[in-house]
Amino acid sequence: MRGKVRIFGEDAGTLDRDAVAMSRRRIGVVHQDCQFLDHLSIAENIALPLTVSGRSDEAAGNLQELLNWVGLGAQANQLPPELSGGERQRAALARAVIVSPDVIIADEPTGNVDWDMSQRILSLLIELNKMGKTILIATHDLTMIRAAKSDVSARILRLKDGQLMQAGAEL
Amino acid sequence: MKALLELIVGDPQADRAVPQSGTTARLTMFVAAVMAFLAVITLAVSLTTNRVASLWAEELAQSATLRLPADPATADALLLSALDVLETTPGISSVRALSQDEQQALLEPWFGPDLPLDALPMPQLIEIVADGDGYDVDGLRARLTAQVPGAILDDHTAWRAPLLDAASRVRLIGWSVILLIGATVAAMIMLAAQASLAANVQVIRVLRLVGAKDVYIARAFVRRFTLRALAGAIAGAIFGAVVVSLMPQGDASGGLLLGVSFVGAEWAWPLLIPVLAAIVAFFATRAAAFRRLREQT
Repeated sequence: MRGKVRIFGEDAGTLDRDAVAMSRRRIGVVHQDCQFLDHLSIAENIALPLTVSGRSDEAAGNLQELLNWVGLGAQANQLPPELSGGERQRAALARAVIVSPDVIIADEPTGNVDWDMSQRILSLLIELNKMGKTILIATHDLTMIRAAKSDVSARILRLKDGQLMQAGAEL
Repeated sequence: MKALLELIVGDPQADRAVPQSGTTARLTMFVAAVMAFLAVITLAVSLTTNRVASLWAEELAQSATLRLPADPATADALLLSALDVLETTPGISSVRALSQDEQQALLEPWFGPDLPLDALPMPQLIEIVADGDGYDVDGLRARLTAQVPGAILDDHTAWRAPLLDAASRVRLIGWSVILLIGATVAAMIMLAAQASLAANVQVIRVLRLVGAKDVYIARAFVRRFTLRALAGAIAGAIFGAVVVSLMPQGDASGGLLLGVSFVGAEWAWPLLIPVLAAIVAFFATRAAAFRRLREQT
């Protein structure tokens, strides 16, 4: 494999450690296996991106609204191990979007949630995309992709066995 | 100054990002307390040795002894000549011939109280006390050689030099022990910090995921270990100071065993040791944290 990885116009290979950290603040990530700080409450975990960037005071305003939106208003003070897989996924999504990043990378964001919640998550991602954010989703859920395509102009890359099978807007 | 303030006040949110670890916290505080205690005791012994040695050396430097030949035929004449020479020597404040009782008291530890001094040819001893500036020892020796044949002037150089040398070595050993204690504190805290960092790999991974810089992650560990070392060292230093203050006291003539203590401004040392321990912990944890974070890329 050859080539360069560029992050926000910068060669990733030349970025120092602080620059990498600053780049991460512009990228919200939702992993399939959501990782949290288990000794902090869900509210504190979701506010963590603001905390580490010295913007803790910004959390008060939209944190509760965000918690309610992902359906975790009642679980704000619970610890991550006390949440179900779907609730953890929603919390991870809330954490990824709280700083309004330029790019959101989501790995199976609707994998552990019910239909209703998956639609709400998709709506949020579409809304963020319309606000100018770049959304990168890895999923097996074709229904979600079709639903997304009906609302926004999405570029779809179809992979199979590690090979690019199809690139374009069509499935 | 800002960094120091941040370290003391801290960011409660940042501190909470790293979970409390009871074992490493207790270990760090215990090590800091024990080392601070040892440092206080070592300093007290070292400073006392230095003080007692200086006092003895000063007393020896101020005094000298003139020994006249033990010849009954010339004893009185030699004594008069010697006193004349000594009393006219600039820099000598007082001269006193020891009485027979005093000379007997000097020999008593070796020969017992029943020594028949009258029957023995005893040399006459003269005690010389110099004033502040002292006198010309070589010049006095030359005059004594000319006017008091056989008189031997002992200015205590032979006693003073090894005493000062021994005191200097004890002081050197004391500071070496302090340095070793500091190095041990640094090594132990570095180990504890590395263990804590290794136990929190998952935490560090999450913090990095949300954009935390190395300095943010390191600060939580550095602050925690620095404050633990400070708290432990304060406890150890207080305990050490209490132990030193409870040591039996006596004047310098009682020797080292009756004088282990701090005097005057020396009491600042127990106050300074926790600060030094905190500084050592700060740099040790900082070095361990940044090295570990670089390894965990």
